[in-house]
Amino acid sequence: MRCGDFKETYIEDEAIFQSLFVKFWLGLFFVFLLVFPFVASAYLLYVANMIGFAIIAAVGLNLLTGFTGQISLGHAAFVGVGAYTSAILVTRLGFSFWLSIPFAGLVSALAGLVIGIPSLRVKGLYLCIATLASQFIFEFIFIHWESMTNGITGIHIPPPRIGGFEFLTERNFYWITLFFVVLGVGYARNLVRTRMGRAFVAIRDRDLSAEIIGINLFRYKLSAFAISSFYAGVAGALWVTFLKVVTPDHFPFILSIQYLAMIIVGGLGSVLGSIFGAVFITLTPELLNYLSEVVKEYAPGHEEIFVPMKEVIFGLFIVLFLIFEPRGLAEIWHRIKNFFRLWPFSY
Amino acid sequence: MEILLQVIVTGLATGGLYGLIALGFVLIYKATSVLNLAMGEFMTLGAFVCFTVLTQIKAPFYLALILTLVAAILLGFIVERLILRPLIGEPIISAIMVTIGLGVILKGLIYMVWTPTFRNFPEIFPPKPLNLGFAVVPSGLWWGFFFAIIGMLIFLLIFKFSRTGVAMRAVASDQQAALSMGISVRWVFALAWCFGAMASVIGGIVIGNISGISVYMGDIGLKVLAVIILGGLDSIGGAILGGFIIGILENLTGLYIDPLIGGGAKNVAPFFMLVFILMIRPYGLFGKKIIERV
Repeated sequence: MRCGDFKETYIEDEAIFQSLFVKFWLGLFFVFLLVFPFVASAYLLYVANMIGFAIIAAVGLNLLTGFTGQISLGHAAFVGVGAYTSAILVTRLGFSFWLSIPFAGLVSALAGLVIGIPSLRVKGLYLCIATLASQFIFEFIFIHWESMTNGITGIHIPPPRIGGFEFLTERNFYWITLFFVVLGVGYARNLVRTRMGRAFVAIRDRDLSAEIIGINLFRYKLSAFAISSFYAGVAGALWVTFLKVVTPDHFPFILSIQYLAMIIVGGLGSVLGSIFGAVFITLTPELLNYLSEVVKEYAPGHEEIFVPMKEVIFGLFIVLFLIFEPRGLAEIWHRIKNFFRLWPFSY
Repeated sequence: MEILLQVIVTGLATGGLYGLIALGFVLIYKATSVLNLAMGEFMTLGAFVCFTVLTQIKAPFYLALILTLVAAILLGFIVERLILRPLIGEPIISAIMVTIGLGVILKGLIYMVWTPTFRNFPEIFPPKPLNLGFAVVPSGLWWGFFFAIIGMLIFLLIFKFSRTGVAMRAVASDQQAALSMGISVRWVFALAWCFGAMASVIGGIVIGNISGISVYMGDIGLKVLAVIILGGLDSIGGAILGGFIIGILENLTGLYIDPLIGGGAKNVAPFFMLVFILMIRPYGLFGKKIIERV
């Protein structure tokens, strides 16, 4: 049982690393992340990279939907904008990969600002429809602006490099992903305890009251859109560089739903939740793939059932979590932690 | 000129179908203030059920239609009872997201049961096209238009004159007052979902008959969002008028803009329209204005 854990000042209460105990476990976890690429197989590293991209995008979406309460059904479109920006900068203008990442984020943020403008007039349901429309509009642009995006053929992207070192394999790319994930999660975790983060939460809880206590809705809603899209753009740029190719097929509507599923399953309004959700939703199809391999071996001909199974399971997660555990995995994690912390005197 | 007329007539006919599906959206939204984003999948499901009854049992069309409507009623009841009722009182975002989840589930299930192959609908309408003199309407389209209009009329009459319809309108305008007048709000919610599902499966059958059925036909359900936003989310008349406008607009885009950029504009035009309407007049043509100012 952990004891002596009480706070005397607000600064302590707001601290990111709450106690020595937390620091210790986080440190241990970080060591694990550093050792992981040396022991894991290429497949595991591939999955780890995918989880990393998902985390970055999901944290972004959670800042917008979970913290600010502005539902977005077009997150995949912003991921796409970032991906294309980076790809075009690298292949056409000869930018280095490293420089193209912030630009991808910025262009994406700009797109987010434009889509965010209706959020000043419309909200809830209407905003959800507006972002859904933007998803289809961007998809259309990716396919039809052929002079820029190469249409459905897509763009091939060279691997990033430092000096003579190429980040070609999953193992090498893992370091890039890890770096951006730590940066992104750290920034988000800090953001939510600043003035801006608290303004976001105020807007989510009641926008009119927020305006009355002096929060500029215009500024903070648009900031939320911009920051969220920035995350999406960076995630997109990393993702397609990792895949070495970008096509419009990478950013379908179902991907937006997947990101939404991540933050719902993980926990709306929780940075930790976005991470849980991203891990969970990324691992599910991998697990299904594995199952389908097993089925193929023992009952050939039935493995096709696993193709749509992925979607059904995403949908089920969304529905079940919304009905039974609206605060997501983060809440479950919290309960488990509390159980052990208070055990055996849990009253 | 002749092409223009032809396109407008086609647009009108498509618009009728959009209007019918939009009616499904509006019926549910008006009574329960939930926007059902799984509408497209309801449609697909209806089309597939009807298709299966027609081809497997070789039933006549009217029987298949009745069976499909019964299936729609069941679907509406089940969805309302199992998924939407636990969320009453939760934030509106939860209700929207749950319908998205529902849509994904239904799509996956349809995929599992019927596989993703594209199928042609068996012929259920006489194949003779309708010749208006200045324009020719293909048989599927004008029969579809006919069905859509009949469907809309029936729903309108129920809504306007029947006891149930009055109860639904009462719930839409003030839930608490309706409750204290002895109207069962739960029952009205369930009915609204049934009506919505029925409207969408009729739309599904007709659209399936025109352009064939596949898992992906549900995307039309999202296009119809433009219709209800244009008409106003809670206006039945707006849904119908909006359907015609979007139908014509879409076909005009197909005629004039598609050749310029090499196709694809037709399908995305409603979404551009949607964003445009949201920017200038978010409550649509006839929607209820909600003014909030600080």
